[in-house]
Formats: sequence, structure tokens, C-alpha cells
Amino acid sequence: MFKRFKGFVNKEFYHIFRDKRSMIILFGMPIVQILLFGFAITNEINNVEVAILDKSADSETEVIINKINASPYFNIESEVQSEKEIGEVFRKGKVKAVLVFEKDFANNLQVLNQANVQVITDATDPNTANTISNYVQSILQHHSEEINLQNEVPYKVEVRSQMFYNPELKSVFNFVPGVMTVILMLVSAMMTSISITREKEQGTMEILLVSPLKPIQVVVGKVFPYIFLSVINAVIILLLGFVVFQVPVEGSLVLLALESVLFIITALSLGVLISTIAATQQAALMISLMGLMLPVILLSGFIFPISSMPVPLQVLSNIIPAKWFIIILKGIMLKGVGIAFLWKETLVLIAMALVFIGISVKKYKIRLE
Amino acid sequence: MEKEKVVEVNELTKKFGDFTAVDHISFDVYKGEIFGFLGANGAGKTTAMKMLIGISNPTSGEARVSHFDVHHQAEEVKKNIGYMSQKFSMYDDLTIRENIKFFGGIYGLSRKHIKEKTANLIEELQLQEVADSLVGSLPLGWKQKLAFMVSLLHEPRIVFLDEPTGGVDPITRRQFWELIYAEANKGTTIFVTTHYMDEAEYCDRVSIMVEGKIEALDTPKKLKQSFKTDSMNGVFLKLARNVE
Amino acid sequence: MSISIKNISKSYKKLKALDDVSLEIEQGELFGLIGPDGAGKTTLFRILTTLLFADEGTASVAGYDVVKEYKSIRRSVGYMPGKFSLYQDLSVEENLNFFATIFGTTIEENYDLIKDIYLQIEPFKDRRAGKLSGGMKQKLALSCALIHKPKVLFLDEPTTGVDPVSRKEFWEMLKRLREKGISILVSTPYMDEAALCDRIALIQGGKILRVDTPENIIEKHPKQIYNVRSRETYRLIQDLKDYPGSENVFAFGEFIHFTSSEETFEPQELQEYLLEKKHEELEIYPANASVEDVFMDLASSSET
Repeated sequence: MFKRFKGFVNKEFYHIFRDKRSMIILFGMPIVQILLFGFAITNEINNVEVAILDKSADSETEVIINKINASPYFNIESEVQSEKEIGEVFRKGKVKAVLVFEKDFANNLQVLNQANVQVITDATDPNTANTISNYVQSILQHHSEEINLQNEVPYKVEVRSQMFYNPELKSVFNFVPGVMTVILMLVSAMMTSISITREKEQGTMEILLVSPLKPIQVVVGKVFPYIFLSVINAVIILLLGFVVFQVPVEGSLVLLALESVLFIITALSLGVLISTIAATQQAALMISLMGLMLPVILLSGFIFPISSMPVPLQVLSNIIPAKWFIIILKGIMLKGVGIAFLWKETLVLIAMALVFIGISVKKYKIRLE
Repeated sequence: MEKEKVVEVNELTKKFGDFTAVDHISFDVYKGEIFGFLGANGAGKTTAMKMLIGISNPTSGEARVSHFDVHHQAEEVKKNIGYMSQKFSMYDDLTIRENIKFFGGIYGLSRKHIKEKTANLIEELQLQEVADSLVGSLPLGWKQKLAFMVSLLHEPRIVFLDEPTGGVDPITRRQFWELIYAEANKGTTIFVTTHYMDEAEYCDRVSIMVEGKIEALDTPKKLKQSFKTDSMNGVFLKLARNVE
Repeated sequence: MSISIKNISKSYKKLKALDDVSLEIEQGELFGLIGPDGAGKTTLFRILTTLLFADEGTASVAGYDVVKEYKSIRRSVGYMPGKFSLYQDLSVEENLNFFATIFGTTIEENYDLIKDIYLQIEPFKDRRAGKLSGGMKQKLALSCALIHKPKVLFLDEPTTGVDPVSRKEFWEMLKRLREKGISILVSTPYMDEAALCDRIALIQGGKILRVDTPENIIEKHPKQIYNVRSRETYRLIQDLKDYPGSENVFAFGEFIHFTSSEETFEPQELQEYLLEKKHEELEIYPANASVEDVFMDLASSSET
């Protein structure tokens, strides 16, 4: 019994290791994706050129300007003399933001306890503009905290926002869980559905059916190698994230591993399900790409926040396993929370896995019809 | 009177790396001739045929089909030949009429001409009732006969048939060969490969390829005499054994 | 009785693939199912190998019912589907090993049975199956189908698209297997292979036209066939078709096979008719029918 299973699994590994395309998808993709999302596709800012319009030019503005210039995020490119010039520097395109300090800045701050800085950003790229203004605010707030410590001004009410879990707003913290989800989905669902339909296409499925192997043995034999490979992939991604981008795992590694296996099983059962519908490798590929990859990338909250989607899409996102897994991953990796906080998402994934397996078993044909 | 040569092949060779698939073959095919091109799987038949229809470049040697050089005038060659294979012949998801229209169109026939041809063809093959049904729904034999006629739409001087009758029932195969005879009678040259050895007997001349070389080329009658056997199957088996 | 088929019918949508088919195949028989593509051969194979349900009728293989006892059948038959169903990316040896393992056996255990065949491909045992020639693929596929010592062997068009030399070798292997007591059901579109079987069934359009030994099928054919030859084959076919009482006119190798529906047919009269049409090098003489002649005759009369 076990020998048959082993023989079958061996054969699957031969298929995988001899097919350059599967090797690239299996091991090239995760590395490329992580590096791509980590380095290239980022919504962080670095060394953004800004211009200053300092109408006050006192000691206080000088301190702030120096602080801004000293931060890794900004470079002060130029000073402009009047509001008229602002439009011009933007049109030249080099400067992404202009900071305008009001007249009598230091005085206002000391007398009125309030002084104004205006941040004008080039919003042709709205994401960057938004981030720039957040960063400037954060630097100014930091500065005003320092002043408040020196001068005892009690009872001052001010709104402070603070970034938890990812204080530097590093986008790679968001992308590592996202990429991991995408890769696991891809490897598990797409690769299994293709490898099963390949047997149908080549006609070898006919021989397997007319053999003493039980259908469940065929399916488990096909799926097992991919559980193994997916786990390896998950480890590679976490290591890359940790080593290259210092993405931490705050919570329990054991829980992370268990949840990953759960998600892999969910994805695999989806793959088996696809293979029961698709007759050819091409069809399996199309269904996997359209039916799985697009929703995983677009609707899971990986790239676009679910809360800002229209309501119908928000509802739809609930049936996407990746959404729940991303919540779990972020919970464990970034917040360091345990199962007590994630039991709901975990239950959803378990339920999904059971449903998919149930349907696949029901739809799996022991005959050709 | 010297017969017109429609295919002239001179020392044609194709190598894939170290492997010589087609090894210096030379032969001529004349106008109106039915030329059988035989060989075991892997003997180089398909490779040779691909060079003759202008979709594969020879490594060395030359071949002229319908007076055009297959290497340097491949596009001219393609315009002046008909081609039909067992694997692909017609689009299953188009109707008979649509297929004829499409293939007429790619060979640059005028709309009026296509219309005439379509009417003739449908009548000749007695397909009036099914002319507007999908080709995929036709029996294989009908499909193959139709594909043969379609490959002749642009009135080429030569038509290449790659295993045209594979899997077709014996009666339809005969009918198919009658179409071939009729066409050859009109002066079209027929270049045909087949796995049915009895079909080799229907050819005017037959060449047999073994391991990239043409090991025999003659009329079926003379081949049988020189190999002292009473069927082309016998000729084929003896040739293969000699080489081993 | 090794295979027993009773009144099997099967339709796909409108198309009737099998129409009331009944056959009995004996233990240790080499039985040929002869017919063109679309005759229903593959459908019948799939019903017998438990891959399809019949719409009507019953069948048993090696004593097991194809519906109720399908698991037992799957253990005791060897099956070679129409395409050479091998793993192209596995080597010869890996393919064989794989099929041995899933049937719970080893190459060594049943080496005797496949030795004959496997020895011919053993020199290439490390080569990927995808790189084998047609003939070698066919031998490997047969070895794989035999590796678990099946009682019944199903071979669906094993020689289609394979050259005559490999085809001949293949049939020789089948004869040796039969001597080991394995029942073999083999299908083929090549009529000349019929003579190599113990018994054959001619099948067309889902119907069995005739079942008998190849010799009997030929002997029992009631019609006298004449070989006719002249220098111009095409014109000869046309003229023969126009001859009064002409029934079948089929090209057959270098001859035209001609049968007449007239009981008073005289070859002498035909000769005069053809001479009048200016045929040269004319030959007319009676010939023995072949399985193909019988097939064509039965098929053309069953159509009308």
C-alpha cells in the first residue's frame, strides 16, 4: 500500500524536476516576486526633492528645515522666494513638494502656541503625494513633541497619529504576506490542476483509472509533492523577507506553519476541483489564472485595501481564501497575535477547505464520463 | 517529348546537430504523376516533405518545386502548391462553406471565383445537405475528401498529401483515391505519403526512404520484380531488413 | 469465456457509437476488432475496461461484471489506450517501474512475461520515453500493460501510424503472448492485419458486420471477385462502373477488384467491352477475396 503511494509520489517528483517551466514557477517566482515587490514596486519614499518657501526665516524654521534635510526621506533642492514660483518649480518636475512656512513662525509658536506649515505636493502621483505629506507631518509632530518636553505647556490637546506594527510604513511588510499568499496559491492550485489535467491529456489517466489504484490514492499522490514544495516555498519567502528586508515574525512560528499548511490544503483542494472541471492543461491554466490569481491579487487586500472597495466587491472578497490567509499572516507576523485573535479566520479557511474537498471528491470521476 | 519536371530534388540534405535526418536525396517528379513517398517512422519522410513545401530550410543541396527554389523562393513555392495532412486539414468549428471561403481567401481567389468553386465542389462531393453544418460534425472520410478538394482550390500544379487516408474506412479510401486519379488525370502532380502498403501500389512511382536516404525508387511493378516479392509490403520489409 | 458481451448499445448525444453489439471471446484467444475510425472500437474498449457505462446490455471480463465488479476487472486486465500513453518525461525503465509499483508488483517478479519484448528496448532503458521511435514506444507501452500479468489484454489500435516493419514485429509478439494463455482483444483499422488473428469481428458504424475466423470470413463470401488491370487505372475504374451489372469496383493494390450482380456474368464479355473502350495491356481473371473485400461488401450493403 505504502509502496504504491511512494512510487506514485516519486513519479510526480520526476515530472516536476524534469520540467524547466515548473522549476522556474516553483523556485524562481517566489524569489523574483519578493525582490520585485520589496525593492522596485514600493510606496515608500526616499530622497524626495523638496523646495522651501520660508517667509519667516527665523531660528525655529531653520531647525525644522535642517531636520527635514537631515532625514533620509527628503532632500532640500531649492528655496523659492514667493508663491508665484511654486507653480514653476513643480512644472520643472524635479521637486515633488514645497513646504511653506508662514510669517512670524517662531513668534506665533511661542505666543499663540500654534504655527502653520503648508505642505504643497505634486499630486500627479497621488500615492506619493499622500505619503510625502504624511512623512512631513510625522517629522513636524516629532519636532513639536520635543518642544513640548522642554517647555512645560500643560493641558495641550492635540491629535496624534502613530503607526503601530510598521512604524516606518515599510511596504515590504505588506508585500511579504501578500506574495507568500500569491505564491502558495499559484504553486498549489495551478500546478496541481495542470499536473492532473496533463495526465488526462496524455491519456495516462485512462491507464491509472484502469488500475487497482483508488481515485483517492491518485489525488493524494498528485497533491502530496506540492504540499511539500509549497512548504519549502513558504520557508524561502519568510527567510528572504527576514534576511533581506528585516520583516519580522512576531508571533508563534508553529502557528504560522500550521496556518500555512491549512491554506496550502485549501489551495490544493481548489486545484483538484479545477482539474475535475478542466479537460486540458490549457483550460486548467486559464481557469487558475482568471479564477484564482486575479482575485487573489486584486480582491484579497494584498494590493488594494478591501475597506476602500465598493460594497459588492467587499462582500465578494469574503469568498476568497487568500483574504483570510493574509489577515492571519499579518496577524502572526506583524502583530504577533495568537490563535485567540485569529480563530475566526482559521475557521473560515477550514470550512472552505472542507467544502472544496467535498465537491472535488464528489465530482472526481472514476470513469471517463 | 521530355516530360515536364514539377519537382526537382538534388542532393537535398537536412541536419539537426550531429543527426542527419535527410541525407543527400535526389529525385524528380513529373507532371501528372502520382508519386508515393514512403518510409518507416523516423526515416526522414516528414523532414524532407517540410523542405519541399517551403517551411523548413535545407542544410545543403537544392530542390525546386513548380520551378521555384524551396530555399530562396519559399513564399512562391507555398503559393503554387496544395497541401493537406491527416493532422490538420479543416477548421472543425467552421461550416463547409466557411472553410472553403476561408481557404479560397488565403490563396487570393476572387469572391466570384470562390462562389463558383464552392458550388462546384459541393455538388461534386454531393454535400448539398450538409454544406452549412460544421465540419467537426462530419465523418472523417468526408472531411478528408473535402480537405483534398479544398487544397486544390487555387489550382496548384502539385499537391502534397501527408497520410491523407489514415484511419479512414476502406470504401472511403477507394473513393479518395478515385479523386486523386481524377485530379492526376487533369495533369496535377500528386505527392503522397501513406502507411497503407496497398496504396503504394496505386502510385505511378514509389520512393522508399530508409534512414534519411532514398533506398528504392521505381514503379511498383519493377520494385516488386527486383525485390522478388508479390506485394509492396514485401518490398518494404525486405528493404528495412537489408539495412539492418 | 474470457470476454462476454451481450447486446451492448451506447450513444453520445445523437450519435449511436455502439448498436446492439454481442461478442464472445474465448480464453487464450487473439481476437481482432477490425474497423475504421469512428466504427465504435474505442467505445467498446472503454466499456470493457470499466471506463464507460453502456446505455444498454451487459458485459463481463474474466468472469467479472463490468459494472458491479469493476474493481476486480481493474486488477486483472492490461490496457493500452489508443495513444501511446506513457510518461514522456520518464525514462523507459522509470515508466516500467512506475506501472509495476502501482499494480503492486516489481519488474523482476514478472520479468519472464515481458522479457521477449523488453529485451529489445532494454539498451535504451535510460532514454526518455518521449525520445523513442514509434515502434519502441509501442513495445514499451505493451511491456507496461503486461507488467502485472493480466488475464486479459486490451490493445486499442496498437499499430496505427506505425511503419510496416514495427507492425510485423508487434504481431509476432502478440502471438507469443497468446501462447502464454493471455486473452487478447486488439483493434486495428488495417484490414491486412485481420489474417493474423484467431478470430475477428468486422465493425462499422457501431454494428458488428460479421464474426468468424479470417479464413471462414473469406471462404463464406458468396461473391466471385475478378482482378482487372489495364494501363490506365483511372479510366478503367470509370468504365468498369459503367458496365451493366457492375456492383463493386474497388482499387486493390495493382488491380481493380470487380464484382458483378448478374448471375450470368462472363469475364469474356467484360474483356470485349473493355477492349472496345481501347484499354491496353488488359488482364481479367478470378481472384480470391480478402478480408477487406468482404468488409467493403458488407459495409456497402449495410449502408443501403
